[in-house]
Amino acid sequence: MPFIPHTEQDIKAMLARIGADSIEDLFDEIPEELRCDELEQIPERLSEMEVGRIMKQRAAQDAGATCFIGAGAYQHHIPAAVWEITTRGEYYTAYTPYQAEASQGTLQLLYEYQTMMANLTAMEASNASLYDGASGLAESVLMAVRGNKKAKSRRILMPKSVHPNYRKVVHNIVNNQNIELVEVDYQLERGSTLIPAFDAAKGDDNIAAVVIPQPTFFGTLEDVNAITDWAHKHKALVIAVVNPMALAILTPPGEWGEKGADIVCGEGQPMGIPLSSGGPYFGFMCTTKALIRQMPGRIIGRTVDMDGKEGFALTLQAREQHIRRSKATSNICTNQGLMVTAATIYMSIMGAEGLERTALASHHNLKHLVRKLKAATGITEVFDGQPGFHECVLRLPKNSDAQSVLRSLAAHNILGGFDLSQDYPELGNAILVCSTEVHTEEDMDKYAEHLQRILGLSHECPVRPKFAN
Amino acid sequence: MLIFEHNSPGRHALAQHPSHYYPTEDIPAELRRKKRPVMPEVSEMQAVRHYTRLSQKNFSIDTHFYPLGSCTMKYNPRACNTFAFLPGLRDRHPLAPESHSQGFMACMYELQEMLKEVTGMKEVSLAPAAGAQGEFAGVAMIRAYHDDNNDTARAEILVPDAAHGTNPASAVMCGYKVREIPTMDNGDIDIEKLRESVGPQTAGIMLTNPSTVGVFERKITEIAGIMHQAGALLYYDGANLNAILGKVRPGDMGFDVIHMNLHKTFSTPHGGGGPGAGPVGVSERLKPFLPVPMVDKDGDDYVWVTENEAPQSIGRLLSFAGNAGVLLRAYIYARLLGRDGMHRVSEFSTLNANYLATLLKDAGFDLAYPERRASHEFILTLKRQAKEQGATAMDFAKRMLDKGVHAPTTYFPLLIAECLLIEPTETEDKETLDEFCAVMEAIQKEAEEDVNILKNAPETMPVKRLDDVRAAKQLDIVWHAES
Repeated sequence: MPFIPHTEQDIKAMLARIGADSIEDLFDEIPEELRCDELEQIPERLSEMEVGRIMKQRAAQDAGATCFIGAGAYQHHIPAAVWEITTRGEYYTAYTPYQAEASQGTLQLLYEYQTMMANLTAMEASNASLYDGASGLAESVLMAVRGNKKAKSRRILMPKSVHPNYRKVVHNIVNNQNIELVEVDYQLERGSTLIPAFDAAKGDDNIAAVVIPQPTFFGTLEDVNAITDWAHKHKALVIAVVNPMALAILTPPGEWGEKGADIVCGEGQPMGIPLSSGGPYFGFMCTTKALIRQMPGRIIGRTVDMDGKEGFALTLQAREQHIRRSKATSNICTNQGLMVTAATIYMSIMGAEGLERTALASHHNLKHLVRKLKAATGITEVFDGQPGFHECVLRLPKNSDAQSVLRSLAAHNILGGFDLSQDYPELGNAILVCSTEVHTEEDMDKYAEHLQRILGLSHECPVRPKFAN
Repeated sequence: MLIFEHNSPGRHALAQHPSHYYPTEDIPAELRRKKRPVMPEVSEMQAVRHYTRLSQKNFSIDTHFYPLGSCTMKYNPRACNTFAFLPGLRDRHPLAPESHSQGFMACMYELQEMLKEVTGMKEVSLAPAAGAQGEFAGVAMIRAYHDDNNDTARAEILVPDAAHGTNPASAVMCGYKVREIPTMDNGDIDIEKLRESVGPQTAGIMLTNPSTVGVFERKITEIAGIMHQAGALLYYDGANLNAILGKVRPGDMGFDVIHMNLHKTFSTPHGGGGPGAGPVGVSERLKPFLPVPMVDKDGDDYVWVTENEAPQSIGRLLSFAGNAGVLLRAYIYARLLGRDGMHRVSEFSTLNANYLATLLKDAGFDLAYPERRASHEFILTLKRQAKEQGATAMDFAKRMLDKGVHAPTTYFPLLIAECLLIEPTETEDKETLDEFCAVMEAIQKEAEEDVNILKNAPETMPVKRLDDVRAAKQLDIVWHAES
């Protein structure tokens, strides 16, 4: 029996001890009419070897493309040691560290993680993670409303330059709590948001918080200092939603404007987590000392034991659902412990310099790629001349269609970017393209050559297509 | 020692850095970071050694018996991790086109189908990240359903007093008020109180069955009748699905919406506190409201179902398509178990729980519900020991650590004094259960001889009992070089 160690003899002895004739007897409290039949739709079991065969075949089906899609999930080099250590059974198969004395490994690691995130964002406190970037932003919005009672407002200013999926998730999670999300338009030539747009969105009513993305979904940079000061002038809290890799080279939210951001959240995936179809990732959240008690999720504190020796424990649990029930700061129970384990090891190995080099190499590669694409095809940057990180919006020629260009590229195993036409129809025929340190000169040349051919500028086909469509 | 205390300025793990340093002039100075953050400055080996040594301070399923009630700490087959990490799956971008996603989507589609079959629900979405997010999705669907019927006066969700804390917290996040329903002395829900509490203001009820007190709710059909008659819906918390897999299905019990904890029943790793995965399943009437994205099949091709195809959906709850890597591990586990393996999960987890309960009862411990069959877990109450020897459930729990066993869940459910919620799971052998009983007897003996042995426990762990009050009062959650 797979994963069940019982011998016939064990079963007999155990039933005898219980005083039952059969295992079936142990289910005698379930009313007969509720019992189900055989689960016909479940296939017969396979051995590990057989399952492996299926999985290898399926993995091979999806493998082999060079990916220039970012849009919230970024491919970076991950040192081999990161997942070798993370998947040690002691991390992989442990549970929530409720028994602190038997969980010091996980607890100390989480304390170190909190320190790294606080330092990276220049904030005073960090929790031990939430599900992912989008749900973390939703939790940040709820936290801001709780934390800014003075504003007497449940309005949040949400720039359209924030990831469209994040905006949808925030709406879906907070919409039954009487919170108003007010969209703020971005400046069409810049791909970032100007103060007059915030003024217009605010109108005469109070606001509880302003969300500021850095970089924006378009890869451009917001004038975070001016927006932060504007928000604070209007007694709103500032929620920064940031890419942690970008923070290696960009001003950390704790230093934005005069007073810095109040809540910082974002997607932790770039810190050592593989793309893996979108999850599991982790959402990070940092804040100021003043707002710690409004922060959802687990928090680890350093303390001492009975002998005065240093140790680590879950703390401020009175905020959480298992104590506070219907009055908790959130319903969240888990954190993304294993992903944070990987991220902590990743950041330890990379160090500040490794992160900075990776961020700069990504930034450089994007610029380099865009130069190549422009030279080969004459396509243009939608936000030309605007500062950015490692993504940018490109406008395809009028006579082409973004969807079919991307499909043609994919047929040659190039995932050329993210089609913006559904979320941002005002940008016209535009795609969002990303590069990181993993791309080579050859990867970029291949992209440029294929794009040139697909746009009808050349008829040579460098390699044979993978798919007929 | 913290990783930062190994820091040596200028030391790097150079093999991991991009070879070139590319300074940039493109970013305006006011948006550039002025000072590098304080981060570890260690060699690769120092990092590897530090985190390997830290790992050795953890209890885990791979190293210890971990009978943590309500958490289903069963063996996590290694194959699930190995196959989920095959490069084609590990490196697939969440927004890759369907042409480059058919392998992954096939696994997700088949997992949806298998989960439908084991739960008896009509449709399944894999989108929620964890149990609590599954609960949120479930209650949000109940709300969407009532709203769709213009039935907007329903403002209350009923929750038994023994429920997980996530239940009331999730209901509140969906804008509902929570009304608690008491549990009777035999472990069943108080049906009379339920009848009194149900009305036109009731949106639904959240139930776990077997319940959090470790017994099967026998009157579930009657409860379903009461709720449905009042126009309210039934939510099933799948925390204890392990106990009934292949025996009875939530859909057949009359539930309208359920969530499953794949990190419990489908053996994905708990990872020191996550990630989980909390798929939701629904009855016919809630199908339009399921969270997206989901996978559908169009001829031979797998296609995504998004907001466009499901306009009444409660929408997406995460940036992308759920905790995909966890879902893959659950899929692989399900294929390894197969049809017969599903039944065996509930059979042997129930056998183990009843056997261990019998051993402990025979050894003189008090079961909270001695007249009831245990499900896959059961509750001991140490009220007598607390009174007679001053030995609390926490004292027993801490002493167990010294004896090489992870403690069961303590002080949950809240309504039973000095309780230990014990869930051995099906993957433990008889010898381990016998040993657990022997450990409990030995601790009982110590309690009778000198209760201080328990009070000072644990003494063999990396630290002794920690000062939780100090942790909360003198808050130290971020390390500073000067501290």
